[in-house]
Amino acid sequence: MQLVIISGKGGTGKTTIAASFAYLSENSIKCDCDVDASNLHIVLGGEDIKSEAYIGAKVAHVDGDKCTLCRACEDMCRYDAIKDGVVDELKCEGCAACTVVCDYDAIKMKDEVTGDTIITKTSKGILSRAQMIVGAEGSGKLVTDVRKNALSYGSKDDMYILDGTPGVGCAVMASVTGCDIALIIVEPSQSGLNDFKRVLSVVEFFEIKPLVCINKYDINEEVTKDISAYCEAKNIDLIGKIPFDTTVEKSINELKPIVLYENSMAAKEIKNIWKKLNDYTK
Amino acid sequence: MQIAVLSGKGGTGKTTVSTNLAKLINVRYIDCDVEEPNGFIFLKPQDIKSKEVSIPVPYVDEDKCIHCKKCVDICQFNALVHTDRVILFEKLCHGCGACRAVCPTMAIVEKDRPIGKIETGYSDDMECLSGTLNVTEPMAGPIISKLKGMIDDKTTIIDCSPGSSCNVVKPLLGVDYAILVTEPTEFGLHDLKIAVELVRKMKIPFGVIINRMSQEDNATSKYCKDDNINIIGTIPFDRDIAVMYSKGELLIKDEKYKKMFTDIMSNIEEAIGCSL
Ligand code: SF4
Ligand code: SF4
Repeated sequence: MQLVIISGKGGTGKTTIAASFAYLSENSIKCDCDVDASNLHIVLGGEDIKSEAYIGAKVAHVDGDKCTLCRACEDMCRYDAIKDGVVDELKCEGCAACTVVCDYDAIKMKDEVTGDTIITKTSKGILSRAQMIVGAEGSGKLVTDVRKNALSYGSKDDMYILDGTPGVGCAVMASVTGCDIALIIVEPSQSGLNDFKRVLSVVEFFEIKPLVCINKYDINEEVTKDISAYCEAKNIDLIGKIPFDTTVEKSINELKPIVLYENSMAAKEIKNIWKKLNDYTK
Repeated sequence: MQIAVLSGKGGTGKTTVSTNLAKLINVRYIDCDVEEPNGFIFLKPQDIKSKEVSIPVPYVDEDKCIHCKKCVDICQFNALVHTDRVILFEKLCHGCGACRAVCPTMAIVEKDRPIGKIETGYSDDMECLSGTLNVTEPMAGPIISKLKGMIDDKTTIIDCSPGSSCNVVKPLLGVDYAILVTEPTEFGLHDLKIAVELVRKMKIPFGVIINRMSQEDNATSKYCKDDNINIIGTIPFDRDIAVMYSKGELLIKDEKYKKMFTDIMSNIEEAIGCSL
């Protein structure tokens, strides 16, 4: 059973909710797919037990001795990444087109380490995550690797909780494909509704069961109504409405999952949502 | 002059800062967050013109193909496979043209495949541009590059994608100043450090805006002070702001927030040493 928690955009409370679920589900295997800005390990703590360099990209390298500055590569490169026999690594897509047109065999493609994949042992089970090198490319492939690593720590019947990636691009597709349920966190704002519709189409495209939860629903009850109506019309289960609660901010600052705060309204609702979720996973 | 607004992570108030600043000083705004572009919700531009963005993908002329598989071997993205003929997985294709260059019989021609769109419009007399990646398309890069190619020397505020991957590097190329928006939380600090590393790597001068500030002394402010990072402004943790945002309203409609953004603007002008 793979449950992925996603949101059209970052900052909607995804990690707050993922961290709570990770905490509530003792035996699950956790996976932080947000390789660009992974945060789950900050809340869950624990100790890194394995770390591996990840080769996620290739970059062109020019051998200055062989290069005659004929500029054939410059004309070929569609990313404007090579000038006067010098490669701009930030622009290079690693496509190797330049190697094809170089008559002097001066360009070689070299592997580039774009991050690390890490296994962290937390008090609530294994967490698979990654740390990407800033500005690096290929987060989609890295997400796939992080998921593979997580799967190697459990069996098919285990519960996997995935903190997904924001957006609708390659990284989010890599984090939702093959999951059983996607819990989409929506914020009740005009832009939140927009983001929700876009990410929902990704979930529908991959034929994953969508469940919806509105975070800070009381910030704008009107949009909350719109979201509820939209879900109803599309026959999607809205399984929770979390109120705006300043304890959430406190919990983030104290680096503890919100569900540890007994009197928090948000925590109560998150526990409810977790209970409801378990009915779907049976 | 190009000013980019970025943050290690989404939801920190990047769009709030960039739309309000752009409107305040009436300069061009471009939304490079093509996975979730939201700037137009706040700026409400009129007379929107939309243009499709495509990338060139290979198409093999079966009559000319001699099945040498050179195209399959050169493709770094595994977009081509050869069974009894060459098949393209179009979503993996970056449109680089390597296959076409390597083919000895010129069997490969290229066709445009749409992956998204660029919209332009005017909010009063202010030019607004925004890119949108089609849902289930993996590659945002070409749209961002196209968007960036549409701007000239005139002052432009660039709303970047969240994160720190290649999709943020592209809008940052050629930028004169960067505004890093963050939150005074441990998460915010963690992501801010990543963003700082990125702009330093790219040698772009920058300043920080701390959003949702409730306490003066917090880990983020301390980090900035210790690291000699210029804090160019703070935005309070305020339910009113959340409500205005949720309705899609610009904060500068309210005098007190307008003052706040005016102050931020003069700090930026001081940092870059010229007026905008
Ligand atoms: S590998 Fe591709 S992107 Fe990189 S320099 Fe060569 S042609 Fe340009
Ligand atoms: S390189 Fe050209 S001839 Fe060779 S398999 Fe590819 S399309 Fe066919």
